[in-house]
Amino acid sequence: MSIEVRNVTKKFGSFTAVDDVSVTVPAGELVALLGPSGSGKTSLLRIIAGLEAPDAGAVLFEGEDQARRDVRVRRVGFVFQHYALFRHMTVFENVAFGLRVRPRVARPSAAEIRAKVMDLLRLVQLDWLADRMPSELSGGQRQRVALARALAVEPKVLLLDEPFGSLDARIRQELRRWLRRLHDEIRLTSVFVTHDQEEALDVADRVVVMNRGCIEQMGTPQEVFEHPATPFVMTFLGQSAVFSGTVQGGKAFLGPLAVDYPDHAHEESRPAAGYARPHELEVSRIENGGGGLWATLRHTSPAGSVVKLELADPDGRSLQAEVTREQSESLQPRVGERLYVKPRKLRIFVER
Amino acid sequence: MRRDLTEPPVVWAALLAVAVVFLAAFLVLPLVAVFAQALEKGFAAYVAALREPDAWAAIRLTLLTAAVAVPLNLVFGLAASWAIAKFEFPGKGTLLTLIDLPFAVSPVISGMIFVLLFGRQGLLGPWLGAHDVKVIFAVPGIVLATVFVTFPFVARELIPVMQALGNEEEEAARVLGAGGWQIFFRVTLPSVKRGVLYGVILCNARAMGEFGAVSVVSGHIRGLTNTIPLHVEILYNEYNFQAAFAVASLLAFLALVTLLVKSLVEWRSRRAARPVEAAREAA
Repeated sequence: MSIEVRNVTKKFGSFTAVDDVSVTVPAGELVALLGPSGSGKTSLLRIIAGLEAPDAGAVLFEGEDQARRDVRVRRVGFVFQHYALFRHMTVFENVAFGLRVRPRVARPSAAEIRAKVMDLLRLVQLDWLADRMPSELSGGQRQRVALARALAVEPKVLLLDEPFGSLDARIRQELRRWLRRLHDEIRLTSVFVTHDQEEALDVADRVVVMNRGCIEQMGTPQEVFEHPATPFVMTFLGQSAVFSGTVQGGKAFLGPLAVDYPDHAHEESRPAAGYARPHELEVSRIENGGGGLWATLRHTSPAGSVVKLELADPDGRSLQAEVTREQSESLQPRVGERLYVKPRKLRIFVER
Repeated sequence: MRRDLTEPPVVWAALLAVAVVFLAAFLVLPLVAVFAQALEKGFAAYVAALREPDAWAAIRLTLLTAAVAVPLNLVFGLAASWAIAKFEFPGKGTLLTLIDLPFAVSPVISGMIFVLLFGRQGLLGPWLGAHDVKVIFAVPGIVLATVFVTFPFVARELIPVMQALGNEEEEAARVLGAGGWQIFFRVTLPSVKRGVLYGVILCNARAMGEFGAVSVVSGHIRGLTNTIPLHVEILYNEYNFQAAFAVASLLAFLALVTLLVKSLVEWRSRRAARPVEAAREAA
């Protein structure tokens, strides 16, 4: 079931949480709403669920306007950041809740409920904990119970609010791989909110980057990472080196760098900035071909699959570069020496 | 006894001694004295004092008062705490202050207010007189005064509990398709169960034991408008100590039961909430 959000605006007092946002989630996809806190991603998710009413705009499921449909009848599965399990019920009763509160005519029999709940608990690999209380489970287990509970009502869409936000790093990573596999298995249209760019890029089919209530960019993880539409997306999706300066007459003059920039052929000078990812910076001892800058090596972190170099440009600004282990071994960088840094790829954004 | 404290033994021994002596002098000794006095002339006299018609009437009236006041304040307390904890509305601060009013005002003054309102010379007196409704010096007045004096108990107990719970569980229930009443009875009420029990126990104890406010509105008509505390006072003033203490022992007994139920509730909820570290590695 596809989800369409059409020109939705939501204000809390004078604060605009969601500002004229439109998004489409194709049926069966797993989409991440990614943004810093206060960017409106959770508000948007709650509006899709029907837990919050938009001030303007519409939410459509499979082309059908949901404005008049209460959250009770929207058939959405919602997983809360802090699980929101019913603390006085066992795991089994938590999962069974959505079936037990159905009107008598639509309520399955006790045996059907039992079979269904146990199936779901097997799906989240927790059938052996059916009789426990939520307080007796670990964070990851609680999150999976919350997911099973949301799936029990056979939702048409699944919405997850920072599903791994309160878990520690290792469990977080395991659980998100598991969620991806689960999604591939059940193919339920899903939207999850996160502030962790790695999580979004790792799990989602499509990423929606939000900032200050607006959408900065939508696309596949590769698109938003490789071709960020705005400086915000560039910096939010990972570390980057920034070279600020101006563009004029088909050239960009960015601090120590001067590169061609045919997109701005005007004679009028405009402020601009160039961005490069740490792995896109080439580090060497010689000035091969120009178009780079000399910087002093301050620190190296040789642990890990890549070697991280922290350099300082002539103005003392810090610059992060990443080279492969092989490159590092042939270069043998020493702290304190001057190295030539040249961006292999530079994304230039002209200020509007 | 745990000894993993940083203070020297002398200090905690002294603290313990102070606490024990204080408890013995002000709680245990009077309690023993009440029962000793009540049974002074033997068990038969004790039972006779309770079966005396006026005493029996006082017991019945006290039970009736509590039976009206406690459910009323339970409903009020649930509604008020729900509204205060879950919603933002103008006048919330004022409502919170008003709930505390009966605690802040001396019960005698509360009684006087009801006399001023419903008494023969009071605000509503002529109208009530015309319709032949007697409030003051009658059972309705006693019930009203008791309801007023005891209304903070349930609400005060529940507000912090409800606020600590937040809205998430109810929202989860709503998304899962539960209606308002289903949410209330299946999610909200069970999770504040302990607070409700606490509030009811305290409310009941106060409803049965209230003296000041009831004394003002009752008129002390023997066999008609005397509650247990008022009856005890009358017997005492008549130097009928054995009977006075026999009736008083009922209230003392109520206090003991209250404490017992309270600690039972605490003990049970501690057991239910015990966190288990097992099953952690399988997350």
